[in-house]
Amino acid sequence: MHPAGAARLATAAVGLAHLFAWVAFLMMLGTGPENRVRDLDLFPLVQIGEVGVSFMLRWDPLSQLMLMVVTGVSFLIHLYSIRYMDGDDRYPYFFADMNLFVFAMLLLVLAGNFLLLFAGWELVGLCSYLLIGFYSAKPVAAAAGLKAFVVSRIGDAGFILAILMLAGGLGTLDYTGVFSGAPFVFLRDSGSALVLTLLLFCGAMGKSAQFPLHVWLPDAMEGPTPVSALIHAATMVTAGVYMVCRCHTLFEMAPSVLQFVAWTGAFTAVFAGSIALAQRDLKRILAYSTVSQLGLMFMAAGVGAYSAAMFHLFTHAFFKALLFLGAGAVMHALAGELDVWRMGGLARPLRWTFWTFLAGALALAGAPLTAGFFSKDRILFSAFMAQPNGRALWLMGLIASLLTGLYIFRAVWLVFAGKPRVKRVHEPHDAPALMRWPLAILAVLSLGAGLLWLPGNWTRFAPLGGFLEPVLGRGEPYAPPGREAAIMAFAVAAFLAGLGMAWGMYRKGAVLVKSLGGRIKPLYRLLLNKYWIDEVYRAFIVKPLFRTASSMEEGIDRDAFDGTAEGLAGSALDYSGSGRRYQTGHAGHYALAMALGAAGMAVLVFIVQTWVLP
Amino acid sequence: MTIGLLHLLAFWMFASGVAGVVLRRNPLAVFMSIELMMNAANLLIVLASGGAGMESAATQGLSAVFILIALGAAEVAVGLAVMMAMFRDGKGASLDRVTTLRG
Repeated sequence: MHPAGAARLATAAVGLAHLFAWVAFLMMLGTGPENRVRDLDLFPLVQIGEVGVSFMLRWDPLSQLMLMVVTGVSFLIHLYSIRYMDGDDRYPYFFADMNLFVFAMLLLVLAGNFLLLFAGWELVGLCSYLLIGFYSAKPVAAAAGLKAFVVSRIGDAGFILAILMLAGGLGTLDYTGVFSGAPFVFLRDSGSALVLTLLLFCGAMGKSAQFPLHVWLPDAMEGPTPVSALIHAATMVTAGVYMVCRCHTLFEMAPSVLQFVAWTGAFTAVFAGSIALAQRDLKRILAYSTVSQLGLMFMAAGVGAYSAAMFHLFTHAFFKALLFLGAGAVMHALAGELDVWRMGGLARPLRWTFWTFLAGALALAGAPLTAGFFSKDRILFSAFMAQPNGRALWLMGLIASLLTGLYIFRAVWLVFAGKPRVKRVHEPHDAPALMRWPLAILAVLSLGAGLLWLPGNWTRFAPLGGFLEPVLGRGEPYAPPGREAAIMAFAVAAFLAGLGMAWGMYRKGAVLVKSLGGRIKPLYRLLLNKYWIDEVYRAFIVKPLFRTASSMEEGIDRDAFDGTAEGLAGSALDYSGSGRRYQTGHAGHYALAMALGAAGMAVLVFIVQTWVLP
Repeated sequence: MTIGLLHLLAFWMFASGVAGVVLRRNPLAVFMSIELMMNAANLLIVLASGGAGMESAATQGLSAVFILIALGAAEVAVGLAVMMAMFRDGKGASLDRVTTLRG
């Protein structure tokens, strides 16, 4: 097929899917909230023992929301890729993979049982491997694809065990059966409930890049920029958050695990946010930002505010896709440059990119009235009101917000403000129209999507929260308006503090940072090297594993197994030597042997009949 | 008396067939020897079925002979194809060359 045709077909397919998502949404709005959870049992799939699994789709507000986000954002990313990937020799392959990625994610969110969920889950992993390693001629890219696959596979191992536990304990994998039956089999706070939910969360940690399984996501930046946007915004990493929200009935059986989820999320949010402060690669800054924001979502889920987690997932999809596509536009203008220290002064030549990127940055940092502000405020509010440890979690969230403002405006200033720090070969130019429009649409959504859920207790305008209620429950604590306002004021203060610090430090390029850099060098190096997590893994896990494997290969496989087999074969060869001489290969010799044998038989029969038998 | 002579003839045909297969190197000659052995067997069957003096035994023997002749015809088709393959490479078709089964 002609390359352009492939791109058009792929983009149209996702666009059509988005259109159908709207039709489904309108159909859902036509029914009452109590009728909105539906299972569509299409056909039986497999029968394993007494556990029958069919191809069952779940159509409820939660999957409907994901459906809209996934298809919508993916469509814009496809649209953007048409020009961005122009000229690549594997252009059609790229679009085929992207489409498969969207399909896998849709299967994941629409699955009506755990087996289909897992199928989508693994397919998403496969697509991420293919797309991260898209520039497979580059060894770094191939290694990054492998890393993503292997690290998330560690989480998947837990997920598989959890699914087996469910199948063994309940005899079914359908959501309906599992969620209604589980509380009777895995008793609240029992050991089995603890193990089950921990294993489930293990899967979510791998997919959603939570500490300590976060290492694959920043490396995933080796893929083409639209792929990063797709992975970070619409598909893949949100799967973990979605899964935890989907299984919230299971998690509620083990409150201590929920606490663990919340703390893992809160810690990851701060941890990844601090790493993002020191990175030089624009896409890596955004990658750590995603890890941090996913941490906030898990924190929300951990304190029982599942709708708030989904709300943040929803708004984050817009502004993170926007930021990545904006980073792509910057790379496009600077011939692939990614180091923020080698940029600067791009606000004027890249006007569209600058304004849209700024909108995304504001939303990410939680500037008042942007989408990110409302969703983050929901999370911080729910954390503050949660029992136990709510205040501590809230404080962590607040620190994460402050870090967010700091690192994203550091990036904005370094990339767009001031003068170019490196002499440019040719004048940078803004992205072509087909790349600008997706940016503009996402910018509008990043600024406006928060209006779907205004802080509840004052305005009572929360269509999104209400929409998700049949699946995720109300889950929003009540607080007097004064307290809610105070919490919000803290969030605004954190945003302003982050913004102010970034302004103070990076307004004049690197002058202040350089003077400060001498004093905080150890800290800077700690952050730049990402707390040496990769090095620790390499030294304590990867290397010992390789060493064990190679000694096993030497000692057990080659010496013991191969040695035994080859020894037996060798002695058989030795003993067969005497017999081999009679196999000459000449047809005449065989014929003679046959003739003599037949004659011998005839003589024998004659002897027996004549002398022996009578 | 004639019957005894015919038995002797069959024995002689079979023995020369065996000698041909064992001693000759030319695949065509070996093939002809095999045919000779088969015809010896046919002759014996005819003799045996006739000598039994029963109508049913005679027809059974004759039909067995026809089956064997058909078998021989099929064998010719396969055998000639094998020989064509051997002759084709132009290095002569001695059975001494064909020793793939040598251990």
